Amino acid sequence: MKNTKILTEELSLYYGEKQALNNISMQIPEKQVTAFIGPSGCGKSTYLRVINRMNDLIGNVRITGKVLVDGIDIYEKDIDVVNLRKHIGMVFQKSNLFPKTIYENIIYAPTINGIKDKSKLNEIVETTLKQAAIWNEVKDRLHESALSLSGGQQQRLCIARALAVQPEIVLMDEPASALDPISTGKIEELIHELKQNYTIVIVTHNMQQAARVSDRTAFFYLGELIEYDSTTKIFTNPSKKQTEDYITGRFG
Amino acid sequence: MNFQKKNKDLAGSFFITSTKVLFGFLVFILFLILAKITYEGIGVVSLEFIFDEPRNNMTEGGIWPAIFGTLAVTTIMVVLAVPIGVFGAIYLSEYAKDTFLTRIIRTAVNNLAGVPSIVFGLFGLGFFILFLGQNIDEILGTGLIWGQPCLLWASATLGVLVLPIVIVSTLEALNSVPKSHRDASLGLGATKWQTIKKVIIPQARPGILTGTILAISRGVGETAPILFLGAAFFLPNLPVVDLCIGDYCIPMINPAEQFMYLAYHIFILATQSSNPTLTLPLQYGSTLVLIGITFLLNITAIFMRYKYRKAIGRI
Repeated sequence: MKNTKILTEELSLYYGEKQALNNISMQIPEKQVTAFIGPSGCGKSTYLRVINRMNDLIGNVRITGKVLVDGIDIYEKDIDVVNLRKHIGMVFQKSNLFPKTIYENIIYAPTINGIKDKSKLNEIVETTLKQAAIWNEVKDRLHESALSLSGGQQQRLCIARALAVQPEIVLMDEPASALDPISTGKIEELIHELKQNYTIVIVTHNMQQAARVSDRTAFFYLGELIEYDSTTKIFTNPSKKQTEDYITGRFG
Repeated sequence: MNFQKKNKDLAGSFFITSTKVLFGFLVFILFLILAKITYEGIGVVSLEFIFDEPRNNMTEGGIWPAIFGTLAVTTIMVVLAVPIGVFGAIYLSEYAKDTFLTRIIRTAVNNLAGVPSIVFGLFGLGFFILFLGQNIDEILGTGLIWGQPCLLWASATLGVLVLPIVIVSTLEALNSVPKSHRDASLGLGATKWQTIKKVIIPQARPGILTGTILAISRGVGETAPILFLGAAFFLPNLPVVDLCIGDYCIPMINPAEQFMYLAYHIFILATQSSNPTLTLPLQYGSTLVLIGITFLLNITAIFMRYKYRKAIGRI
């Protein structure tokens, strides 16, 4: 296994009285794709949102245990959440591009980071769009509304936008669940490309997708981490009965 | 299988027909009012009528002081009320937690919109003139300037009156920005204020503008609240003062002056003039101008909303 990028120790999370995550300890390796699978409400998205502290935005959330990114506890008091999120990009279930042009969407994060130089911004737009494998489709219409793109293109543009701050980790929360098979295929190819440079954590409902794109897979059930191993092991020879039942479609 | 119509939906068609008739009736009434005013007023309205001052005991001449006063009062009203309303709404929507206190504030804002406008007038008299104004005069020791009815307090009172309109429409505009856009911005490492400034306000702008213009057109049409607050019966000279820096002077609205007000002027012409029959054409003319101003403002609101929505790609 490669170096550990994200490490949680005995992480539990509560929404008010309700416990959503129970005592989760896991290591997520650097520059690999880690997939979270499990039925709805199992806590996989919640866990994803722990990593960039998006749960902070919901009131009444309490966390115990430790979350380390590059060995630093991100729930320590002296952590700047805004700065943290600049290092951890996020792609959401549905495209949430701003109603601005393609160009403006990409430069949004770089400009709030203080980059004003026009040629530098142009360079960022070109490299990130190329990284997200969408440059050829949009290079002639950078100044058109981003919302004029198709659903699949919009989602890849969201990925490009997340890459524009040069994060080290990209979190993806069911990025292809609202897309057709061809667009999904493109996203999966893209994930495959991106893992050379980024640590990717992806939540998915689609087990074939997890099997196709990920190196390691974690199976969550009712707020617990049931099994976490290499993807091949999980899908061919799971050690827990619950995992086997889930991946063979017996429940969930 | 039988796909033919059996029972007609009687209750439904009765409802639709009666609604149509009632709406037709409403539109007809509105049409009647507009037609009568336009028919009687169109002959009176001319450039001279608009830019002249009332003459001969207000039975002749134009209405320029009233138009100018209306514009002056509403301008200051906007300057006072819109920033407070917009920032208040941003605070309520984006920063304030859902506590007992903020719920009371929200309820109060909504109820404020339902308070009769004459009550605002009395409030303005009591709070702005008798309390604020007189205290200011006492502290400055300059004699009676702010402790009497004047343009500033009329604007401030109308500002309080239209505040709920600005707040409610801004709140609606802010709420219409999807949560996913906030998540996107925060997820990219933007601060809350950057998110508000660069993502939320640009999208809410059409709604905020619409609210502002509706507030202006409400303010333009109000009569009751300014009765005690400096609206003058007849005052041919404009509330203007020259603001001089060295030798260079620019005319500015003088907030300490009294003023004429279009809506109030119509009321005066109709009820208080020495000869209400003689002023009848002037009443129609003034009313037509007033309706014209509010109509223009509303059209501007609709146009701006359309333009901004198109610009942000919602149409």
